[in-house]
Amino acid sequence: MCLAIPARVTALEDGDMAVVALEGIKKRISVALLEDVAVDDFVLVHVGYALHKVSPEEAERTLAMMAEAGVLQEELAEIAEGQA
Amino acid sequence: MKYVDEYRNRDLARTLADAIRREARAERSYHIMEFCGGHTHAIFRYGVQGLMPGNVKYVHGPGCPVCVLPVRRLDDAVEIAEHHDVILCTYGDMMRVPGTKQRSLIRAKAEGADIRMVYSTLDALKIARDNPERQVVFFAIGFETTTPPTAVAIKQAKAEGLQNFSVFCNHVLTPAAIAHILGSPDVQETGAVQIDGFLGPSHVSSVIGSRPYEAAARLYRKPVVIAGFEPLDVMQSTLMVIRQINEGRHDVENEYTRVVTRDGNTKAQSLVNDVLEMRDSFEWRGLGSVPDSALKIRDAYQFFDAEKRFEISQKQSREVKSCECPAILRGVKRPSDCKLFGTVCTPENPMGACMVSSEGACAAYWTYARHQTIAEAKAKREQKPEAVA
Amino acid sequence: MNSVDTSARFRTGSVDMTHGGGGRAMAELIRDLFHRHLNNPLLDQGHDAAVFQPPAGRLVLSTDGHVISPLFFPGGDIGCLSVHGTVNDIAMGGARPLYLTASFILEEGYPLADLERIVMSMARAASEAGVPVVTGDTKVVERGKGDGVFITTTGLGVVPEGVDIRADRIRPGQLILLSGTMGDHGIAILSKRENLEFETEIRSDTAALHGLVGEMLEAVPSIAMLRDPTRGGVASTLNELATAADVGMVLDEAEILIRPDVAAACELLGLDPLYVANEGKLLCICEASDADNLLKIMKAHRYGQDAAIIGKVTEGSAGLVQMETGLGGMRVVDWLSGEQLPRIC
Repeated sequence: MCLAIPARVTALEDGDMAVVALEGIKKRISVALLEDVAVDDFVLVHVGYALHKVSPEEAERTLAMMAEAGVLQEELAEIAEGQA
Repeated sequence: MKYVDEYRNRDLARTLADAIRREARAERSYHIMEFCGGHTHAIFRYGVQGLMPGNVKYVHGPGCPVCVLPVRRLDDAVEIAEHHDVILCTYGDMMRVPGTKQRSLIRAKAEGADIRMVYSTLDALKIARDNPERQVVFFAIGFETTTPPTAVAIKQAKAEGLQNFSVFCNHVLTPAAIAHILGSPDVQETGAVQIDGFLGPSHVSSVIGSRPYEAAARLYRKPVVIAGFEPLDVMQSTLMVIRQINEGRHDVENEYTRVVTRDGNTKAQSLVNDVLEMRDSFEWRGLGSVPDSALKIRDAYQFFDAEKRFEISQKQSREVKSCECPAILRGVKRPSDCKLFGTVCTPENPMGACMVSSEGACAAYWTYARHQTIAEAKAKREQKPEAVA
Repeated sequence: MNSVDTSARFRTGSVDMTHGGGGRAMAELIRDLFHRHLNNPLLDQGHDAAVFQPPAGRLVLSTDGHVISPLFFPGGDIGCLSVHGTVNDIAMGGARPLYLTASFILEEGYPLADLERIVMSMARAASEAGVPVVTGDTKVVERGKGDGVFITTTGLGVVPEGVDIRADRIRPGQLILLSGTMGDHGIAILSKRENLEFETEIRSDTAALHGLVGEMLEAVPSIAMLRDPTRGGVASTLNELATAADVGMVLDEAEILIRPDVAAACELLGLDPLYVANEGKLLCICEASDADNLLKIMKAHRYGQDAAIIGKVTEGSAGLVQMETGLGGMRVVDWLSGEQLPRIC
C-alpha cells in the first residue's frame, strides 16, 4: 500500500532535509520531493521522504462531508416528505 | 495524531455505516475492488467489512508491491546478494517473501549473505558511504509512492560520485495494472470477477494525481474513487462509489483531497522522469506480462543500474504449483479457494507472497478472519467436484 | 591489588581470553567486578555454588537467556533487564522470588568499563528487588562469536499458601486486566537500531513486578492466571493463554492503553503495538467479582497506575482472541507471525 503518515515539519535543514515531529517522535526526513515547504506544514511521510503537503482545509472539508453523510440524507428525506 | 485519529472516529463510522446501509439498494449487490493492500489492511484491521450491509463486498486487488513481484526478480536479488559479495539493502517487507524453493532473503542472510533492512533509500546511501570498499545494492520495489525516493537516491549517488552504489529497480505502475484488470477476460468475458467500482490508490495518487485513472474509468465504464487509507476514508469512499453506481456514473472522484490533487506532485514526477523510463513490459505476479507497467533506469544513469553492473544468470524460477496467489491477486479467487491456505501455507511457512506481506490478501485473511476462512475452505473442498466442473 | 588500581583498569581495559581461562585474571575479574558489586552473604561464601536451606512450600524455578541489541537502551540495559526478566517469570508463577543466579558470556574485546556499568545496573536492580544474585559463572568467547555480553539468569521462588496460578484455571466469565501501556520496551529498543533511528523520549518499561504481584495475591489469592506480555506482545500472550485454556477472549481496543508516541512510532514503522514487547507489564485473569478490587490495588502501585480491564474470557470460539475495534468493528487478534519487521507497505 505504501505506508505513509502525516507529520509536522519542525525544522528545515540543509541538503533538502527536514525534521518532522509526530507525537513526540522526531525523525529526519528528506523534503527533496516538495516544491516549497515551511515549518509547521504537515507533510505525508513515506520511507523517509515527504511525498506531499497535507491540506488543512481539505482535511476539514472531508470530515465535514463524513458528518453530513448521515444528516443530508435525512434532510433530503424530510424535504421529499414535505413536498409529497 | 493529527490527520489520523479523526479518521478513525467511532461515531462518524456509525454515521457512515448508516448512510451506506440506506444508500445500498437491497435488490442488487456492490462489488468494489480495493486496489491497494493498504485498503485491504484497513478493512480487516478495523473490522470495516462487518459494518457494511451484506450486499456490499470488497474484492481485494493486486495493490501489494511485495505480492506482485514475480519470483524471478526475487531470485535475482538473492543471487546478487549471494554471488557478488554485495551489501543488499532492502525494505523489511521483502525479507520473508519466498522465492524458488522457498528461498527468501532472510534465509540467504542466515546463510551468510550480507542483507540489511533499511527504512529509507537515505539509509542505503549512508551504508554505501560508510562502506566504500563494498558494493551496496538497493533492492527497489514498490509503486509510484516508493519510486521518487529511489530516483532521488540515484541522483544523489551521481552527485556525490558514489561509485559503489547501485539500484535493482523493480518499480511498477498502478494505472496500467488497473486498466489491465478491467480489460482482462476475467472481467470482460468470463465474468469470473465482478467489479462494479474501484477504491483508487491513496498514496500513489498523492504522487501521480487522480488524472491517470480517467481513461480506464471512461473506457471500462467503472467508477473510481481515490480513497485515503484510514477506515473512515474507506467508508466514505465506499459510499461515494455506491452513489455513482446507483446514478449510473463512472467518474474518477477524489475522497482523499487532503493529499491528492488532479495533477499530483509534479516535482516528484519530473524527478522520476529524469532518472527512470518505461519498460516495454514487465511481468506481474498474477497478471502476467503487462505492457508499459514498470520502470527501469535511464541510460544516463546506467552506471547505477545493478542489472547492468552485475551479471545475473538465466535461471528457472518456480512458484509452488498449487499456490493460488496469481488468481487471488486478480480477484478471481479468494484465499478460501486455495487448498494450501491454512494447511500447507501459513505465515510461518509461506508458499506465496500473499501470505507474507501484511497487506497480502492471504495474510489479512489469516490474521483477521482465518477461522471463518478455514471453515469456508473446508466446506468448499468437501463439495469440490461439482463446484469446479 | 587495591581498588583504585582496579577501577583504573576497568576504565581502559577490555575483556580478553584470560578472563575466562580459569587463572588469576579470571579470579580478579570475579572478585573485583562481580563480587564487589553483587555482594551478599551467599555469594560471599565464595563457592562455585550457593548453599542454603530450602524454604517450605512449593518452589518455582525459572531461567531466561538475555540477548539484546543495543546492550544499553533508553530506560535500561541488559544488566537490569536480566534481573527483571527472571524475577517477573518467577512472580508470574505466583511466587515470591528468593534468589538469582547469573551466567555471563562475554565477547573478547568488550570494554571492561561497559561491563562494569552492566554489572552495577544488575546489582542495583537486584538490590531494589530484594533478590540477591547468589552464584554465577563467566565465560569468554572469541571476538566475533558473541554480541558483547549475553546474560542468563535463573531464579528460585516460593509460592505462598493458597496461590495456584495455572492456565487451566482460566474460565469463561473471568475478566482480563492489563497493568499499563503497551509497546514501550520494544519501541525504545527500535529507536536505537541502526538504520531506523528516530528521536523519542520513549523509555523501556523494564521493571520487577513481584512487589505488585505480591500485593495482588495478598488481596485476591484466587487469581487464575498471571503472565507478562514480553516478546510477541499482549496479542501473542493472550493467544497462548486462550489456546492453553481452550477458551475464547474478547478484548476492548479502547481499554488497551498505548502512549501516543509509541502509537506514532508504530504508525511510522508499520508495526502493531499489540505485538510489540513489554518488560514491565502484566496480564491478570481473575473472577469478575474480584476485578474491581484488583484494579484498585494495581492502580495504587507504581507499576500499575495505568491498569485497566481490557476484556473478558468467553465460552465460544475456543483458542480465538477477538477485539472490538475503536471503530466499532470486530477483528481477530492473532499470534505474531515470525518477527515484526518494520515495513513500507
